[in-house]
Amino acid sequence: MYAVVIGGGKVGLNLTRELLAKGTEVTLIESRRDRYLRMDDELGFVVQYGDGTELWVLERAGIQRADLVVAVTGDDEDNILICQIARDKYQVGRFIARVNNPRNRQYFELLDIRPAFSATDLILRLIEHEVPDYGLVHLLDLPEEQLEVIEIVVCDGCRADGLEVQQLELPEGSIVISVLRDESGFVPKGDTVINAGDEVLVCLDPGLEGEVTALFEAAK
Amino acid sequence: MAFVLIVGSGRVGSAVARDLLAAGHEVSVLDGDPLSHERLDAGQDSTWEGAGGRFTIGQAIERDALVEAGIEDADVFIASTTGDNTNLAIAQIAQKMFNVPRVLVRVMDPARAQWYSAQGLETICPTSYAVEMFEKALELPAAGA
Repeated sequence: MYAVVIGGGKVGLNLTRELLAKGTEVTLIESRRDRYLRMDDELGFVVQYGDGTELWVLERAGIQRADLVVAVTGDDEDNILICQIARDKYQVGRFIARVNNPRNRQYFELLDIRPAFSATDLILRLIEHEVPDYGLVHLLDLPEEQLEVIEIVVCDGCRADGLEVQQLELPEGSIVISVLRDESGFVPKGDTVINAGDEVLVCLDPGLEGEVTALFEAAK
Repeated sequence: MAFVLIVGSGRVGSAVARDLLAAGHEVSVLDGDPLSHERLDAGQDSTWEGAGGRFTIGQAIERDALVEAGIEDADVFIASTTGDNTNLAIAQIAQKMFNVPRVLVRVMDPARAQWYSAQGLETICPTSYAVEMFEKALELPAAGA
């Protein structure tokens, strides 16, 4: 596999190191001269100096034969354009984009730049995961596959409290894939009893959140 | 009369804005730097607003700033910030998210200007014009001839 990484900040540099350690062929493109020179000592020919949004710079890095393009500059417009050019001009099969400002995510989606990841969003999810005030936490969205994984806290006195997993009236298209109890998690069997205070991970078709969470929320 | 939104009011953007306003169009300018507002006023008999122009301070990529500057009603969108990538990104946003009928983009890099033009964006490349002018002034034969 050949990967071209654009943007030699902390994310780009560490990613390049990890990919190299896994034996992947990588080229890292960095547009700031000082950063490039610093990395040149460590990475040698792996790192190239240039503006990774310019076609000739991408071509010099061999984007035509790249299997993967990773756009992790600190500029969202740059990351959008790099992926767009990689996909539409050079027919690169896989690309990953970094979203610096979560408010720009809508533009990545508008131009169909997926997957786009945002460190801010990831940290937000971790905070939501650690702070159980939220009844429901989205852990994973797979829009292409039409699947989501959500985490729900089982409330005292809810309909699911005290029921076996097989007795749950879950809607078609949803399934409990894991139960988190006493600091550890396990995959439930049909006769596993759900108790208040547990957290359950449910895999479901998008749109079923309301029906699913209703089983685990305290009766109003 | 058309409603024109110009994002990026440097030397080019501000001059186009003034000419369009003088020609009787409705013109709104969006720029992140308040200094660009002074550039619109400089050497004019009246202030930009006094002459009927609109000005919004904000980042080109911010949806709220674009909406405040009137993108939803724009007939023409001109992306003329100093950044090629910003221009190419906001031009596509104007086209695909806000359905602005006519979108013009300034792209300094001839290679990207050409490729994005083939993708359906109306690009204007000042670099290509400059090259052409120099070669004309020197009476060089046209490239490739």
